[in-house]
This record gives sequence, structure tokens and C-alpha cells, in this order.
Amino acid sequence: MKNEIVIGLEVHVQLKTKSKLFCGCSTEFGADPNANTCPVCMGWPGTLPVLNRRAVEFGMLAALSLNCEINQDIKFDRKNYFYPDLPKAYQISQYDMPLAEEGQVEVELDGEKAVVGIERLHLEEDAGKLVHSTAGAESYVDYNRTSVPLAEIVTKPDITSPEQAEVFLRSLKQRMEYLEVSDCNMEEGSLRCDANLSVRTPEGELGTKTEVKNMNSFKGVRKALAYEAQRQKKVLSSGGEVVQETRLWDESEQITREMRSKEEAHDYRYFPEPDLVPVKIDSKWQSEVKQCLPEMPEEKYERFQAEYDLSDEATQTLTASRPLADFFERALTGDVSPRSVSNLIIADLKREMNERDWTINDVNITPENLAALARMFEEDVISSNVCSELIAELVESGGDPEAIVEERDLKQISDAGELEAIIDEVINENPDAVEDIRSGADQAIGFLIGQVMQKTQGQADPGQARKMLQERV
Amino acid sequence: METELLDLSLNELQNKLQNSEISPVELVEASISRYQNFDKEINSFVSFNSKESLQKAREVDVSRENGPLAGIPLALKDNLCRAGYATTCGSNILEGHRPPYTATAVKAIEEAGAIIVGNANMDEFAMGSSTETSAYGLTRNPWDTERVPGGSSGGSAAAVAAGIVPAALGSDTGGSIRQPAAFSGVVGFKPTYGRVSRYGLIAFASSLDQIGPITRTVEDAALLTEIISGHDPADSTSLDQPVPEYHGNINPKPENLTVGIPAEYFGEGVDEEVETIVRQAASDLKAEGAELVDVSLSTTEQAISAYYVIATAEASSNLARFDGVRYGPRAQEFEDMIDMYSQTRAEGFGAEVKRRIMLGTFVLSSGYYEAYYGKAQKVRTLIKRDFENAFEKCDLILTPTTPTAAFKLGSRVDDPVQMYMNDVLTAPTNLAGLPAITLPVDANSDGLPVAAQLIGPSLSEQMLFDIAYLLQELSPWEPCSAPLKE
Repeated sequence: MKNEIVIGLEVHVQLKTKSKLFCGCSTEFGADPNANTCPVCMGWPGTLPVLNRRAVEFGMLAALSLNCEINQDIKFDRKNYFYPDLPKAYQISQYDMPLAEEGQVEVELDGEKAVVGIERLHLEEDAGKLVHSTAGAESYVDYNRTSVPLAEIVTKPDITSPEQAEVFLRSLKQRMEYLEVSDCNMEEGSLRCDANLSVRTPEGELGTKTEVKNMNSFKGVRKALAYEAQRQKKVLSSGGEVVQETRLWDESEQITREMRSKEEAHDYRYFPEPDLVPVKIDSKWQSEVKQCLPEMPEEKYERFQAEYDLSDEATQTLTASRPLADFFERALTGDVSPRSVSNLIIADLKREMNERDWTINDVNITPENLAALARMFEEDVISSNVCSELIAELVESGGDPEAIVEERDLKQISDAGELEAIIDEVINENPDAVEDIRSGADQAIGFLIGQVMQKTQGQADPGQARKMLQERV
Repeated sequence: METELLDLSLNELQNKLQNSEISPVELVEASISRYQNFDKEINSFVSFNSKESLQKAREVDVSRENGPLAGIPLALKDNLCRAGYATTCGSNILEGHRPPYTATAVKAIEEAGAIIVGNANMDEFAMGSSTETSAYGLTRNPWDTERVPGGSSGGSAAAVAAGIVPAALGSDTGGSIRQPAAFSGVVGFKPTYGRVSRYGLIAFASSLDQIGPITRTVEDAALLTEIISGHDPADSTSLDQPVPEYHGNINPKPENLTVGIPAEYFGEGVDEEVETIVRQAASDLKAEGAELVDVSLSTTEQAISAYYVIATAEASSNLARFDGVRYGPRAQEFEDMIDMYSQTRAEGFGAEVKRRIMLGTFVLSSGYYEAYYGKAQKVRTLIKRDFENAFEKCDLILTPTTPTAAFKLGSRVDDPVQMYMNDVLTAPTNLAGLPAITLPVDANSDGLPVAAQLIGPSLSEQMLFDIAYLLQELSPWEPCSAPLKE
């Protein structure tokens, strides 16, 4: 039966504002424990929160990119529970008047498109982190993360497979990166995802759902959901009942485990936060924010398709991340062709990045460098080998490619006069191959070209060499 | 006698300081002397810094540029944070707690030159109407030490009544400035919600709390209010409205004034003598040309229930942070994390605070929220509307501040509902966010002060000071310190 798995996601995205949601402390990741704290985010008695409007704007951008409706009147509420990483013993969140509602995102998996509805997006503050001593006896709290702004995004139960859940998350990450409102790094915790999953009965009715937590990567989400779906199916097929509960994904064992049952669920006693006033998002503010909305992935894809003569696949790769797409467009200087720039990025630059596990932001080669290389390659000044090698070098250490080519004499030899002696030599040294070509074995010409390249340390223009070899043989 | 200096108003003290008739050192010495003579008995202070205050008095320059309070000793309620000074809310759970920052209102009086001599006692976390629930002992009424001074700002009111300081700051959530001021024969003012920043006031109920002055005269209340008022970027609920010079502008004009008399505030439960005295105050205003009209505040009866639902709900959340993790004492023995919380809070909070935390937790619980908190919010809206309607017929409302004069120590502490009824005439104004002033107008047959309350529309501070000043002039009560024996 199709669509038998029903998944809804609750995603927490850390918004990378400079300061926290309710105080002026820095949100910088990796500072010394408790360095980024003040009486307000530490919840000292008598302190009061003051809303960071920038965080509201980041949330609005995120909501708009998910095609949500922004609510004109929003307010904050307190979610009450005790935990040492929550200094006020309540989290300032949004309960019944969230920032945005009713959005949708199109996802594509194996060529099939589907729409995932967005229930709501609301703002809330993050909690701190417990640090346990290695001996195990003591626990410490690092409040640096306390009150860092989060956007909680809740999908409708529209997701029908673990794979689709992963695709949705990647698409969400891509959008947030495009907006530059979040890094969405699951390993660092700037994106966190909980999932609700149930399996439909053979009659098509919704089954009892479980909540799955503690997934630390996109792959982990897919695997955890696949495991949980199988587990529920097994329970049901053996005549059992799925228990409504929260389960934790155990990455090392690759299973989910029971964490707490419905009976143990918290009563958060939400009520309106009396220390903050309701916020009005008028149309002026909303249109100001809308104007900051950058070109989103779909739009960029469409434009690239229209403007540059590239394959679908290349367009997809280039627009996958905004910095990469920007790098590509910045490299389109002079009369260099988009296709050769695209080829260098996809074939060479991406390979170098992948080898080092780097992003485009980590490389030392500039778009101008890449443009210069593409131009030299297009004009047959350098060979493709030299071009690849130079990209690898510049990714690592940077530099001016034109100067390097000049200095190390890396220009390829395409002058017939210069190549003639070498061609003669190769023909004389390889009579068998020459014979093969004459008797119609064309592939032998590749061998001879290889010999020419070897003798010229890769600097010969292979096209020119081929032409001359064909003439001579 | 030198200590009588402290019976002077802030304005008189300031003039004498500037004319070098007295020195700040003499003034602080007088304060210390009264503290030493009286406070063993009345226990109005949780902490008193004699040495440091004297040091400050020696250093202070009393020239006018240094502020209207330069060299004048004042007291703070023990829930107002001052960096480096123990601020305990009268609770064991904050024993020894020294805030790392100073409340905006406290900063304002420090910048006005005041010498803060110490922290005044209070009901634990401002929850009470008698100052009998403090972890640091009960406070006695300077007019009759067998009686309560009222609460929760009972320490502030008693310290001013005893003349240990000429003025103090308190906080008012349901009457916590006005009721003790009334019981102690001093002036108390609760500003419009948002007029004074709450930043640094340790919260009881955030949507109701407001800092205000307790003084011996109306002019002093106007002066202190002027100093502590204003918009504060650190408090989102503070009002962005200009602050008039209340003190300098006092202009008691009873002509064209319409005073509303709500029947609900003179009804059942209000002591006959109190009613007579307050009605006399109304007549005094009438004799000066004011018109008296009957107004109806029909939601008064529901107000106290709504108040106790909303205040305890907010308190249950506000007080959740006192868990022994970051500050305050932590239980010595516990089994696990949850037990650490339980033991710390069981040991740290007193009975009344626990009762209110439980009440508040209950009314917010899933399944009960609508029936209690939701309904209380609706009542709150009706109360606001009630006042709005009343103010279409009158400029201000005159009522008794409390149903009775100060009651005997121990007489109500075991009966929470009886105790809660003390707030019946004051809490509605907190729910509506309105300003209200109390001043003593006469003594009852036991010689105890009886007070009138004036309630005005939002931001009508100036009018309240004007008319309260007039009433102060008209009424038989003369501003003075209680006749304590040295």
C-alpha cells in the first residue's frame, strides 16, 4: 500500500543574529563557557527580556522562503519546565500567536514532486548546555547558548518516506543558507530535528504516532525514521499496538529506544509572557523585510537555465548553494564562456573541495583567478592538465594564475613548428602503433598523443598534436 | 532633638542641607540613632549599613546639581536589586544573594544623590498584607507595636512612620505600597503600570507589579515618583511618555473637580469608623467646591478572585527560577536532580509562598487553564472597562484604602482568605493598571491612622498629587512620625 508512512517534522533552526533573542550578548559559537552571558540571559532575579527585532526579521525571512503567511499580531508565551540549562525555568516561546503559519515547500525525490505543508513557524529562545565531568560525578552548565534565537518550523504530516524527510531537510537548509539566516549545521546543533511518525492501518486510518528525537545528521534522520517505520510495522503485523511515546535514536546501535511515555509528558503551563508586549507586524515592516528577500533556489535555477547555456545537472549543482552560485557568477568576467567556468567549477573546484571537506567559503582561489584560468584554457594557452593542477594549487594557497603560467613556462605548445620535431620522434619510435593506425585501429592515435604529452611535460596542445599526427601517418 | 530632623519633608531637608543648616552626616547620624533606638522593636530593616552610609554622607556634595536627594538617607524594599548588596525578598531562598546589577529605579535615586541606608523588611516575595511572612522576622506597626504595619512593603512603611528614614521605595502588586502606608499613617503611591521601570524589581506578578514611593507627605511622593519614572529600554512594558515635574507643579484646584464615590468600596466588610472618616474626607473636598457623584464599579467583588488567579499564576512561573542551581542556598542532601530542586525549594520557601506557587501552578494546568486563568483575564478586561466607564462621570475616585485600620499581629496569618480580603480595595487598580495614592486623613478611636485612596485614570499622576495634597491640607491628620518611645 502506498503512502503508508506518515511523517511530520519539528525543526529548530538557530538564527545567526549577532546578539541573542532577549539581550545584547553575542551568539558566537565556541566561546569560553559562560563568556557570552549577562544578568538577563542568566535569568537573574529582577531582569527582563527585550525583544531583538532583527531576530523577528530573520524569522520573517525564513517564513517567507517557506511560503508562509506572516501574522500581523504576534505575542510571546512562557513554556514552563525545570532543567538546569534553562535559567528562568521557563522558555520564552510562542504558543497560540506564532510568527507565521500555513506555508508549503515543494520537494523532489527520484523525479517525483510532492508538496510538504508548513503548519507554523515560531520564534523561541534556545537553552544552555550541560557539561558532565569526565569522572561523572559533577555536571556544569554553559549558558552561552541560552537565549540564542531559534525558529521552530513544524511541518504538516505530509511526508511519506524517510528519504523524503531527508530531501525536505536539505531543501530547508538550502533555503536558510540562501537567506543567510542560519548555518543549519546539524552536527553543530544549528539545525535540530524531531520527527513524529505513524503507520497507517490497512484500512488507511492514521495509526498511533511516536516522536523520534536525538538525530544528529540528515542521514541519521533518514535511518532513524526508516528504523522506526519498520519497528512500528513489525509491532502491528504481530498483532501488537504502537504506544504513543517519545523515542531516542541511538546512533551507535542504529535503533530507537523508549525515552518517556505519554503519561510522563510535561504540562508546560503555557501562558502569555507578561514581560513582553505583543508585537505588531504591519504591512510596512513586512514589505521592508520582503525587499531583503534574496533570489531563492528555484528562481536562481530558472534564471541560470535562461541566461547560461548549461546542462540541467550543472545548473542544479551550481545553484545548490548560494555562495557557489555567487562564485560562478562572479567568475563570468570578460568574454569567458559560462560553460567553461561551470566545467572548471564542477569538475575541478568541487573535487578539490570535496577532498578537503571544504565549502566554497574555505577555498583560496578567487572567482577572478578561476575566470583567468578558464580564459587561458579557452584560448589554448594552457592545457586541461595544467588547468586542473593550477586549480588544485590555488585552492590550497591562492595566487595569480597568469603570473604562475608565465613564471613556470606552462603555456602549451600548439605551434606546429615547435611540435614537428617531437611528432617525428614519436612516429619514429613507435612504428607498431603507426602501423595499427594505418590498418584502421584508430585508438592507437591516443597512445601516440600520450607519448607527445609525455615528451612535452603535458604542455603540448593535444588537439594540435592529434591533427599533426593524423596528417603525418 | 536632632533625630527630629527626620520628621522634615524631603524638600525641607534639601533646603536645610543647601543652606548648611544641617550636614548629611548629621542627617545620617540621626537616621542611625533612630534605627538603633527603634528597630530592635519594630524590625523594619533586613539590613542597615551604618558605617558605609556615614562614609557616603561625609563624601557627598549637597549642591543642587548633585540631585534633589543629595545627602538624604532613604530605604529600599528588600526586592529592589542593588549591585553588590544582599537583596533577599525576605526569603531564605535568596539568603545572601547579591545581585550583579542595579535596578533602574534604584539607579535613579542614587543618581539623585540619595544615601541608601538599608533594605526594608517585607512579606516573603511580597506575598502578604502584614509583613509577618518574612524569613527575617515580622515587622511591628510603629503606632501600636502589637499590630501589623501592613504588607507587603511593611518594612518600608514602618521605617518611614518611625522616622528612621524620610522616605522609602516599595512595590505594589495588589496594594503592597498602599495598604501598609495606610496602616502606618504615611503616604503611598502606586504609579500607572509602566510609569516606572520594573527592571531590577524581583518579580512577584509581572503584569501587576509597580515600584512606588512611601513618604510622609504627598509632595515627597510626587518628588520621588518624578525621579524614578520614565521609559527604560530594559523594560519593554515601561511607557514611552514624558515625565512631568510633578513636585514643582502641584496645584490643588478643587474647582470643576468631580469625585466619584463607588458604593462597592464602602459596603460590607468595611469598618464603620473607616467609612465615616473617608466620607468626611469626601465632604471636605466638596466643601472646597468639588462635586461628588456616585459611580459603580460592579466588578469589585470578582476582582479579588481574578487578582489571586493572575498573581499566583505569574508568580508560579516567576519564582520557578529559584532552584539553587545558580544563586541562593542549595539543599545539602538530595538524591538526584529533581530531588535537588524539591529539597532546595522546600527548605527555601515559606508556607505562604508555597501556597501561592501551588495555586498558580494549578490554575495554569492543562484542563484548568480556561476555567481559571482564562476567566480571570476576562474579568480583568471587565474591571478595566468598569473604571473607564466610571471615569466618564468623574475625574477621580475616592475610597478607603483598607477595610479596617491596622489589625493585631497574628490575628489573620492563619486565615489566608481573611488576609487576602485586605487587598479588596486596592487590587482592582493593579488589574486595571491605574495610578492610586493613599494618605492618612484621620485617626480612629484607637488612635490608629485611617487612610483615603484616590484612584485616577491612566497617567493622571499630576491630578492625584494635586488633590491628595489638597486633602492633606484639609484633613485633621498632620504628617508626622509615630510617637515611639526611645
